[in-house]
Amino acid sequence: MIKIVNLYKSFNDKVVLDGINLEVYDGETLTIIGGSGQGKTVLLKTIIGLLKPDKGDVIIDGINIAKADKNTLHAVQKKFGYLFQNSALFDSINVFENVAFGLRHSNLSKEEIQKRVKLYLSYVNLYNIEHMYPSELSGGMRKRVALARAIAYNPSYILYDEPTTGLDPQTAETVTDLIISLQQKLKVTSIVVTHDIKAAIKVSQRIALLSNGKIVAIEESKNLLNSSNVLVREFISAAMINF
Amino acid sequence: MKKFTIEFGRYILFCYESFINLFSIYSEREMFFRQIFYIGVGSFTVSILTSFAVGMVLCLQAGIASISVLNEPAYVGTVVSFSLIKELGPMLTAVVLVGRVAAAITAELGSMRVTEQIDAMYTLGTDPIKYLIVPRIAAFTIVVPILTIFSNIVGVIGGGIISIIKFDIPWNIYYRDALDYLYLDDFFHGLIKSIIFGILISTISCYKGFYTEGGAEGVGRATTSCVVVSIVSLLISDYFLSSLLIALGIG
Repeated sequence: MIKIVNLYKSFNDKVVLDGINLEVYDGETLTIIGGSGQGKTVLLKTIIGLLKPDKGDVIIDGINIAKADKNTLHAVQKKFGYLFQNSALFDSINVFENVAFGLRHSNLSKEEIQKRVKLYLSYVNLYNIEHMYPSELSGGMRKRVALARAIAYNPSYILYDEPTTGLDPQTAETVTDLIISLQQKLKVTSIVVTHDIKAAIKVSQRIALLSNGKIVAIEESKNLLNSSNVLVREFISAAMINF
Repeated sequence: MKKFTIEFGRYILFCYESFINLFSIYSEREMFFRQIFYIGVGSFTVSILTSFAVGMVLCLQAGIASISVLNEPAYVGTVVSFSLIKELGPMLTAVVLVGRVAAAITAELGSMRVTEQIDAMYTLGTDPIKYLIVPRIAAFTIVVPILTIFSNIVGVIGGGIISIIKFDIPWNIYYRDALDYLYLDDFFHGLIKSIIFGILISTISCYKGFYTEGGAEGVGRATTSCVVVSIVSLLISDYFLSSLLIALGIG
């Protein structure tokens, strides 16, 4: 379980996270929505320990990574898969090596790694592209390779940072379906950060709205469109107008 | 001043973290050998060409100066070998590597930083210090002295060619001049410097790349800064290193 208690993070004088409290239950998919610059990515990076909070606790399976030493943090980070907004594929190595990167120091044999890479690429509907380099892939394919890389070492948690941003509607739909199918296949706990309301409702059980560095509402996804919370309604209206 | 102090402190911590992870080199040996090849083999030609040219010009200048003072080109080989082995060999090799390799390392690591590839490594259970930084520092530290030795040899040969063509000094005289007054200490003087230069360039270039901020523009800024800081650091440290080594009786 992920538990965030009273989390603060600032950059210079700008307060980005202003006392976040949030619990993510085992096996659920929680989506955090919010406008640009509200701190969604910062929250995600703080959860995985890429950013250190100024104050507060991030408790992963009972371990507070905000106060953990480097080795403990590394051990906890291995429980996570992270899909970066711009995929963050290693551009000097091919797709196979990208997906196998997290398995380099595992006890798996070369054959097992090959099998696993093929398997996870098939999970994201990619076949026979192991030899290709990231620069040869489309945006949607890069996203899916990044997803295969994130799940290749069987993480317990997957964090998705804007998984559908920058994709055409059809590819965005494919990625959304992949998130759902991975959730069903791997039974992981997921946090999705997005401002795509449609995708948020489709993939998650609960949706939290982040505004001005605070979680201002948490709703069951099925109730989101009928929420009585003014800020949620305003966000949805704005999202619909943009849509 | 405050900014410089913070930056310098962060650089020292970065070096500390890199050196305490030096033993992780075995698990990242593939990357280490790739870097050896890239830095060493890739820079070999340009490094020896530079040294060859410098050896020739040193011989020419030393010969002309000697003729104007002594009416004969005396001790030309000694001037060339001492200048190259103790001073110019390590310095020139290091400067060539700053331009050819260090700038590229900063740009590569900087691009990886701004495109979140370094963050991605953490999320994949890999410490980028062990995977990216340690192999580069180790490779530099080994390659710079080796390249320096080759540069010294080629530079002395370059001087020898000019001494034969320009001043009619027979090769055996030049060769004896070059080596007779040279002791093992002098050789180690240059070698120790080249090792320190290798550490200096690699840590600066890796540091600048690893902490790049601000997108493509930031990568450009970091690369320029790497070249400037590396060369200035080399020149300043050269004086203090020379003084220290002389005080210790090494050369």
